[in-house]
Amino acid sequence: MSYLEYSVKSVPTGLRKILYVNWPLAVLLTTVACVGFLMLYSVAGGSADPWMDPQMKRFGVGFGLMLAVAMVPIWFWRNIAGLAYVISLALLVAVELFGSIGMGAQRWIDLGFMRLQPSELMKITLVMALAAYYDWLPMQKTSRPVWVMIPIVMILVPVYLVLVQPDLGTSILLITAGGGIMFLAGVHWAYFAAVIAAGIGLVTAVFQSRGTDWQLLADYQFRRIDTFLDPSQDPLGAGYHITQSKIALGSGGWTGRGFMQGTQSRLNFLPEKHTDFIFTTLAEEFGFIGAISLLGLYALIIVFCISTAVTNRDRFSSLLTLGIAATFFLFFAVNMSMVMGLAPVVGVPLPLVSYGGSAMLILMLGFGMVQSAHVHKPR
Amino acid sequence: MKRPKRDTALSQRHITRRGLILGAGQAGFLGLLAWRMRHLQVDQADQFRLLAEENRIKIRLIPPARGQIFDRNGLVVAENVPSYRIILEREEAGDVEDTIARLGQLIALDPEELERAREEMRRSRIHPVTIADRISWEELSRVAVNAPALPGVRPEVGLSRRYPMDQEYAHVLGYVGPVSDYDLDKIDAPDQLLLIPRFQIGKIGLEAQREDMLRGAAGTKRIEQNAAGRVMRELDRREGVAGKDIQITTDSNLQSYIHARLEGESAAAVVMDCETGDILATVSTPGFDSNLFVRGISVADYNALLNNKYRPLPNKAVQGVYPPGSTFKMVTALAALEAGNASAVDTVYCPGHLEVSGRRFHCWKRAGHGNVDLSRALRESCDVYFYEMALRTGIENISAMARRLGLGVTHDLPMTSVAEGLIPTKEWKRASRGADWVIGDSVNSSIGQGFVLTSPLQLAVMTARIATGRAVTPRLIKSIDGVEAPTGHGEDLGLNQNNLRNIRRAMYDVSNNKRGTAYRSRIVAEGMEMAGKTGTSQVRNITAAERAQGVRRNEDLPWERRDHALFVDYAPADNPKVAVAVVVEHGGGGSSTAAPIARDITLQALYNGDPPLEAYPTADRGRIRTQQEKLRDARPHHGRPLSDRA
Repeated sequence: MSYLEYSVKSVPTGLRKILYVNWPLAVLLTTVACVGFLMLYSVAGGSADPWMDPQMKRFGVGFGLMLAVAMVPIWFWRNIAGLAYVISLALLVAVELFGSIGMGAQRWIDLGFMRLQPSELMKITLVMALAAYYDWLPMQKTSRPVWVMIPIVMILVPVYLVLVQPDLGTSILLITAGGGIMFLAGVHWAYFAAVIAAGIGLVTAVFQSRGTDWQLLADYQFRRIDTFLDPSQDPLGAGYHITQSKIALGSGGWTGRGFMQGTQSRLNFLPEKHTDFIFTTLAEEFGFIGAISLLGLYALIIVFCISTAVTNRDRFSSLLTLGIAATFFLFFAVNMSMVMGLAPVVGVPLPLVSYGGSAMLILMLGFGMVQSAHVHKPR
Repeated sequence: MKRPKRDTALSQRHITRRGLILGAGQAGFLGLLAWRMRHLQVDQADQFRLLAEENRIKIRLIPPARGQIFDRNGLVVAENVPSYRIILEREEAGDVEDTIARLGQLIALDPEELERAREEMRRSRIHPVTIADRISWEELSRVAVNAPALPGVRPEVGLSRRYPMDQEYAHVLGYVGPVSDYDLDKIDAPDQLLLIPRFQIGKIGLEAQREDMLRGAAGTKRIEQNAAGRVMRELDRREGVAGKDIQITTDSNLQSYIHARLEGESAAAVVMDCETGDILATVSTPGFDSNLFVRGISVADYNALLNNKYRPLPNKAVQGVYPPGSTFKMVTALAALEAGNASAVDTVYCPGHLEVSGRRFHCWKRAGHGNVDLSRALRESCDVYFYEMALRTGIENISAMARRLGLGVTHDLPMTSVAEGLIPTKEWKRASRGADWVIGDSVNSSIGQGFVLTSPLQLAVMTARIATGRAVTPRLIKSIDGVEAPTGHGEDLGLNQNNLRNIRRAMYDVSNNKRGTAYRSRIVAEGMEMAGKTGTSQVRNITAAERAQGVRRNEDLPWERRDHALFVDYAPADNPKVAVAVVVEHGGGGSSTAAPIARDITLQALYNGDPPLEAYPTADRGRIRTQQEKLRDARPHHGRPLSDRA
């Protein structure tokens, strides 16, 4: 396979590429990031320090990264997809081995200016690799058992490595995003039905295993599930976050208390208020209108991705774009569900809003590829 | 290769269809989220706003009382005492510096404490900080009366740890200290309690190892505040669960006696009950004041402890490892006997040295012992006999026997860094040194030199096992909240009774036969006689040059290069009750330094206090009387009752 099959001639070259970037999408991303800056300013009690400033710098870097990635032809990303996947896998194995021996159980690699978590990188490279795989695989083979097993293994190996870290949130994200791409590529319905049935079986098994020798989850993970099912049983321990977060959300009402007027979300014992629980601050200070607007912005980003994907005749580009959109969707859907008490607390940040460098850069890298697919669309 | 057009078109249709299905699914989920948002923020808004705004209900944690620690007689060795302090809630204080200045007019503020508080405030904007700790009741009342003028300032009554016998128990109990960021980092889902400013948790020793039991669970109270942050009333209160009380196996009188007896030395001693494995005493000297750490030790005090050449901080009794020297000889002998490579009556000729593969290994007695059998070899500590035993039975048998007797294994005790020690094997040497085992290594190991390393605790376990023939295991926790813990009585080791009897008889001779190395430190009381073994372990190599000039005497060497003095014993010899191990770092000779100490400790343990002078050889009684009087005065707790179990 080579790039020859792309209609190279119809693709813009040189600086003209800049004009072909999906600018509305870029503006949307920036808007969401700005909402994040505002919230970080508010959470810090009206100060750019310690969170807003670094976050703005990171977004600047991320935005540059997105443009840089967008300028690189999409077939380059297709061609290195396999390699990128293997490298992320190797990094995952490396932190698993050395993290537990030499570096005191750390799960990241220090790059100097930021800490790279291989599990974050995997979120993008898995999508790339699966999209490249289905681009290469002839259509009629898509649903044959052998060719279905390969992507399943590609998904489950990193999921296992992430699960033993242990990072339940990321493993769920990887499985769902990977499954999403398989679905998009046209794998037969029956497989998904089978997996869902097996999933229900597994959940049952996990609960059955509790308290036995072959317990499948760590105790704290079980406690989180308990807390999710009944937050009131432990209002000061693990259920504290959910209860407080619901109070903060609820007290926002229609219009909210106003910028920097939120009191609940600044309660003393909410340590993740600037990361995973930042949505509570927004919902408290800007109310239902503010919260639903952010949801609308997120939805618009997804709509833009879907619309560019379905009009792109290149299979890799469509799959990649939809896959990254799905990952992005999962981020905010899981985070919001968690904050609103619809899902257990699994530690997934609100994309582009929560404080944190690794997740932000990885997302912008992903959107860079979405842009690259858009710029190099066969026209 | 160009993809056929039909295929591309098909793929495109597929992706479009499925992409739209997925999009619809996502839209559905977004609808669910929006509905939930509406439910929380619009439908239930009044209820939540009520909770949040009209009554600002705050939940405060009530720290539980930490479990106390008692010794085997019920004396308190770690207790909780009330302590008063001033907390500043920064978000309510407004101008922090102004508030601190006003507070400074009421009570004396410690500048060091203030600096720490400012540092804490820089790191965290929300957690309350302590700005004055351990203030008097008068100062506390002065602040409480002026509370309305001091927004955000809250006087608090808490409990603080105190160790009545700090020096004696510093190593066993360890100490508690305020939670640090470092502690928090280590814990995955920290207990909310740990976020209370200056909450005390176990840092080292038993306090740290049994933190889970001692801490207890937090209680909560819900209080209602008005808009100004003043507490209007307490709504409800749920009491926490106090930590569990732990009773340990040590005897405080014995502990403090040993501490006083070892004063001035860098030494360690362990006393074990042969029946239950109870650690009756475990002392490492010099001790240190563990109460200093509870509050946060000053840099100067800490440096003084670090720079002391006698190293007061580590617990030498369980984490210190030393070459066991001749106290290891029972292991070598028993290994050879059990393997059938020798019998108790076999004799070996000792000319003062043994030639092994071209190298000459010396006996400590240069003139040689002549013909020696097992009994004489142990009694007079002839090295050549054990060299020969090692050659006959091999290192693998010796190290297997050492492990059976509790050396080279980590005993499961709730203390920090319980040492594994080192019992070498061929495989170990290849793996760690990259070199093959040579016969000289076996020869060195046979007398507890070379690679062999053991802790005083392990030596006590070894002695108890030889004395009883059972796998006695050490036990430090006697009961938890009154529930007795399993004892370390142990199963039979399966050793040949005849062999054991021969070893024990030889050990009896060590301190009861006129030619025994510890004869001068014998016990003469009827039925109380002890059986033991001396050990003197080198910490340096004697060079050929030194040997040529005549080995220098220990007393002529600088302290760090002198030999370690060791002694192990059990008593009474015919009905073992206690096993004792003593190591005096760089103390010189086992028989001159360690044996008298071990004898005094053994008697103290057997008589539960000062023994009658009749237990000592007639010639020593005068000297012992003065020593007993001196030690009585040196022990701060002797003769007056300690605070008792309430």
